[in-house]
Amino acid sequence: MNSVTKKGIVGRGTREGAALFRDWFQDLTQKAEDDETAAYVFVMGSIAEILRVFDMPMVFPEINSLQTAVRHVADDFLNTAEDYGYSPDICGYVKADFAMQMQNGNHPMGRIPKPGIAVLTNACNTYFKWAEIWERIYDIPMVSIDVPATREAGTRTWPGDEQFEREKKYVKVQLEELIETCEGLTGKKFDVDRLREVLGHANTMSRCWKRVLELNQSSPSLFNALTDGTVYLGMSNVFRGTPEGARFFERLVEEMEYMTANGIGTLTDEKYRLSFIGVPCYPIFRRFNEMFTKWGGSFVMSSYLWFASGGTNIGVQYNLDDPLDSLAEGVLISVRDAMDSMFHPELTVLSQADDFNIDGVVYHPIKSCRTTSAGMADNRRMLMEKSDLPSLFIESDMMDSRVVGEAQMKNRIDAFFEGLASRKARAAVEGGG
Amino acid sequence: MALAAGVDVGSTQTKAVIINEDLKIIGRALIDTGANVVQAAEKAYFKALNESKRREEEVAYVIGTGYGRYKVTFGNTQVTEISCHGRGAVHMYPETRTVLDMGGQDTKAISVSEIGEIVDFCMNDKCAAGTGRFLGAASMALDIPLNELGPTALKSEKPVKISTTCTVFAESEVLSWLGKGKKIEDILLGVHQSISSRSLALLRRVGFNDEITFTGGVAKNIGMVEVLTAGLGMKMNVSDESHYMGALGAALFAMDHIMESRIPVGET
Repeated sequence: MNSVTKKGIVGRGTREGAALFRDWFQDLTQKAEDDETAAYVFVMGSIAEILRVFDMPMVFPEINSLQTAVRHVADDFLNTAEDYGYSPDICGYVKADFAMQMQNGNHPMGRIPKPGIAVLTNACNTYFKWAEIWERIYDIPMVSIDVPATREAGTRTWPGDEQFEREKKYVKVQLEELIETCEGLTGKKFDVDRLREVLGHANTMSRCWKRVLELNQSSPSLFNALTDGTVYLGMSNVFRGTPEGARFFERLVEEMEYMTANGIGTLTDEKYRLSFIGVPCYPIFRRFNEMFTKWGGSFVMSSYLWFASGGTNIGVQYNLDDPLDSLAEGVLISVRDAMDSMFHPELTVLSQADDFNIDGVVYHPIKSCRTTSAGMADNRRMLMEKSDLPSLFIESDMMDSRVVGEAQMKNRIDAFFEGLASRKARAAVEGGG
Repeated sequence: MALAAGVDVGSTQTKAVIINEDLKIIGRALIDTGANVVQAAEKAYFKALNESKRREEEVAYVIGTGYGRYKVTFGNTQVTEISCHGRGAVHMYPETRTVLDMGGQDTKAISVSEIGEIVDFCMNDKCAAGTGRFLGAASMALDIPLNELGPTALKSEKPVKISTTCTVFAESEVLSWLGKGKKIEDILLGVHQSISSRSLALLRRVGFNDEITFTGGVAKNIGMVEVLTAGLGMKMNVSDESHYMGALGAALFAMDHIMESRIPVGET
């Protein structure tokens, strides 16, 4: 730690993450140019651990799609898909991906190879319909892993419980079927030692990811869970099970610990510590965040970092002595947790509110993702019943700028902060502060 | 004795209020916002000042509110109309715990604490259905002045059901009912009921167990007051100053600054 300097270490994760991301897209572009195919996978249960054993390049269509919004070209992609007959009401990620497929994989970050296989879980119901599109266009295998989920957080079973063990077997059999399909596609034999190696890297990543999130309890916060956190999230998905990913997260923990030790934060004047619930507003990604930071508001936690990392935020560690069985167990626990984080984020917020010293919760339901948004109003009501945490409900979209009303959004955000300011001032007076 | 002012630049109309240290309104003005928002704010402010018969130098603090709050260029700071309506309503009716503000382009249900602090709020989103604009469309389609809509609607005995939720399509639906020979009052009561149902949905989202105060320009419409009261099953507070409630709240926040009795809530 003594050898690191503030200049070199602070912000390193964001810089290194962005560079690795660019390299990854360049690599994908090369594969597309070479006519190689890739495994199309999703953030909630990519099953990267098995695909890496077969050296399959992976494409994350959700990440490709959100990148079109961040780079302000999503409208072109959405319009193209709608010209083909896709409804304005369906998932913007699906439409942007479909448009990209129709444009020979051309994407603002490079070129994306075509799918050779689609692997999905039931964490999002749209995954099935989405993968069926590729299945029809490219005549590729589509492997779905059905992960038994509670959809009612708090009633989960654990290793050793009869139900859990049954469900683990059910997941394991499906993983074995995926392995068979991969063997058939690649002509390679499954190598359990290679799986062990991949799981080792995944263990490092999960352990460090959990630690990074915990370290943001620090005051001032070390990273903005909405902006910086999304970079780390991308890394946790794209580089899962790789030495680069493991090293990145080890160095990220080092960065965060350095910042904590030296009292360095993301905002010089952090007045309000907030929790974000939902998927970010990518069409105005930076400006959205600035509407909060200009009031001294910083997002110190985000449910997006939980569910969109496939539940790896809870840091499940694989048992390398029994890799496949342990992978099934990890997939079951993590993907189940991702679903619980989507449907019951208030449980985690409430259990961590004191540790993170949360001042308010921002719910961001989005038009084109019913899976993450449908229950939010009820969820917010539950939060309000169980705590006196102030909360804000602002609706927009993760892709479609046509339904992002910045003036209305700003009005609501300003009113929310006016309430927080008044509350804080009153608390200071009542507390004699 | 210092004065405070609030200027509420809404999408349709701009309101200004001058208050004294006894928190009494001593001047008010209401004008159409029009295309020049900066000018509308100035015009309303000076009109209110003129009514108060006081000098500009006596006004120690001005707060802008409403969508055009940043266009109140002579103001000291800005506060959202959500906070201002809550503050104004609790000032007028201290037992108020829920505010329904129906303006030209948006309708808000606001839950407030006993000191007028915002507990929760809910608004129409990306659509002007359920707002004053819906009444404006009906007024145009039926060629009836806005201030006659409510009294006319209350003559109805058999209201039609306006099924569309879109303000633009509502005009077509109104015309189609006219084509079917329905009475104007029946169509108008249907329009009022349609708007009311959307407002009730907003109120249900923030909750309304205690006193409700109805603010905004549409609160002047007696038809809307009656239809809402019937839907709620309880009476609402409706002040003669309902239209000025946002500006009043802004003026009260401005007086806070003057009196230094509260920490500023607005941006600087």
